[in-house]
Amino acid sequence: MSTVLAKQDRLKIFGLLSPAYLWLTVAIFLPLSAMLYFSFLSDVPFGQKEWFHTTENYKAFFTTPTYSILLWKSLRLALMVTVISVFIGFPCAYVLAKTIKGRAREALFLLVILPFWSNSLVRIFSWAIVLRGNGILEVGLNAVLPFEVDVNLMFSTPAIVIGLVHSYLPYVILTSYLALQAIDDNLIDAARSMGAGKLTILWRIILPLSLPGLLAGAVLIFVPVVGSFMEPRILGGRVGTYFGTVIEDQFVAVYNWPLGAALSFVLLAVVLLILAISSPILRKART
Amino acid sequence: MNKSFFAASALAAFSIGSAVAADEIRVLNWQGYGTDLDWAVAAFTDKTGHTVVHEYFNSEQEMLTKLRTNPGAYDVVLINAAFTPQAQDEGLIGPIDASKISNIADVPENLTGNEDLNAGGALHGVPWTWGLTSFAVNTNEFDTMPSSIEVFWDQSHQGKVSIRDDALEAVQFAAIATGQDINNIENLDAVKEKLASLMPQIKTYWGSENDWNQFMAAGDLSVATFWSGSASRSMSAGLPVQFVVPQEGAIGWLDGLSIPASSTKQDAAHAFIDWMIDPEFYVKWAAEGAPASANAKAAAALPDDAFNKRVLGDPEVVARVQFQRPVSDEDREAYLALWQELKAAQ
Repeated sequence: MSTVLAKQDRLKIFGLLSPAYLWLTVAIFLPLSAMLYFSFLSDVPFGQKEWFHTTENYKAFFTTPTYSILLWKSLRLALMVTVISVFIGFPCAYVLAKTIKGRAREALFLLVILPFWSNSLVRIFSWAIVLRGNGILEVGLNAVLPFEVDVNLMFSTPAIVIGLVHSYLPYVILTSYLALQAIDDNLIDAARSMGAGKLTILWRIILPLSLPGLLAGAVLIFVPVVGSFMEPRILGGRVGTYFGTVIEDQFVAVYNWPLGAALSFVLLAVVLLILAISSPILRKART
Repeated sequence: MNKSFFAASALAAFSIGSAVAADEIRVLNWQGYGTDLDWAVAAFTDKTGHTVVHEYFNSEQEMLTKLRTNPGAYDVVLINAAFTPQAQDEGLIGPIDASKISNIADVPENLTGNEDLNAGGALHGVPWTWGLTSFAVNTNEFDTMPSSIEVFWDQSHQGKVSIRDDALEAVQFAAIATGQDINNIENLDAVKEKLASLMPQIKTYWGSENDWNQFMAAGDLSVATFWSGSASRSMSAGLPVQFVVPQEGAIGWLDGLSIPASSTKQDAAHAFIDWMIDPEFYVKWAAEGAPASANAKAAAALPDDAFNKRVLGDPEVVARVQFQRPVSDEDREAYLALWQELKAAQ
């Protein structure tokens, strides 16, 4: 009797899960395997051009210093964007979760999510209009300030960081907000009644309890920013060459798909490695 | 009843018959590059009954990939003469039947006899347009037009310079600046050094004509590499720019129209190419901004103050031009590695 039930349960579980697994197979596993296969070819297997299997594309990464320099540059950019997003996003999330109540919270939440509803390309081009010399920012500041300022951030690393932080900030706000909201207010009151200062409460209670959410947000930002290409290209100008833009070039300009695929998998491996190394810290944060 | 049925089926048969005679040809080209002008396509349809559908590419590599992966999908394709031998060698394009193109008689022999367009011993691309890759300056920033390519390295224009984000173009540009043959660069180190010293001058790279126009209009740039056809368009659109062919020379290119070997609409494709080199089409196109025509009769029909007659019609200017030849895969890779290394060092 019990085995029959288990069988039914298993069928039910299988039935309920199959759409998700089918989706994962079609949308993620198949394209990724195709790209993994491409990365071991000498040329794209279309038309009459000859091709063969090779590991040359992966060797290219290790023998050409250009790629490792750019990967290091991309990792530094991602770290910078993540840290800045956390420093801006966590206080925002705290205020949303603990200070503001009711209608105002909904309105502010809407404002946080609003940029997510617009196309990312539109967002980046808007920043280009704001940041360029004689752009909205410069004209606006000069209209208000008593002295002339010269703001031309366009085509510089700060411009890239501003664009990326703006694009990815909602992730860290949303994940931190969920974690912060789950903290029982009585805990904070209890700590305060025992004489803990504001900093102590933040350091000993709020931060440890909300760390899983904060770290989840940080990972959600770090991973896509390492491979970002559109923002650096548009906002970075001369300094906007990163690992992501080189991968993009292989696909759209040079048409060396195998090398582009190989570089993408190197990036994937490095990101997984970083997550694996930091996983003890992540796990500790959860307990 | 019976009669009307017969009439209807006759009508249907007639419309099917005319549909077979009037083909729909598919043209593969850069976007906004002559073949897709609304009035030109409409005139072609009026004249021949054939309709035209366009598809676009953003780089020569993409064009070749599209030809390889979609046999039979295209009937006319624009191929830069430097790539015609490769396309011919891969069997992507077929020979042109010159007897079906009456206007080809007005194309000078030095163009129809071009070595690259005659890859494989037969004409595989009808010479259509040619032009220069040189540079243009913002006339608000210059009182007198520069005559030397060294203006790119002039400290007073630091941070107001741009070149296209393209390895081949960057390397050939520096080859001209170092006084070398663009088709046979012997001293690649000198090219690299020259480009490395150019990097601090650069504000941003440009990718498309549209980028270029926006950067110039915003006043971000004083001097930037540019294509002659695009320059004539920007000037006629009212941008304060002037195209310059420096004393050191410029890069010349020749574009041909080819017919994929897999095309099933050869007659319509030939007819379309015939219309594309027709003086009537060219004179109207040139008024909107076009590169120089390969058809001598079309070029002669331009008004005297037209950009293509004034600048590119000057034999003294043409003598300074180095025409691009095919680039081997090894050279292309070396140029790409050089360019990527320079960009990564920024």
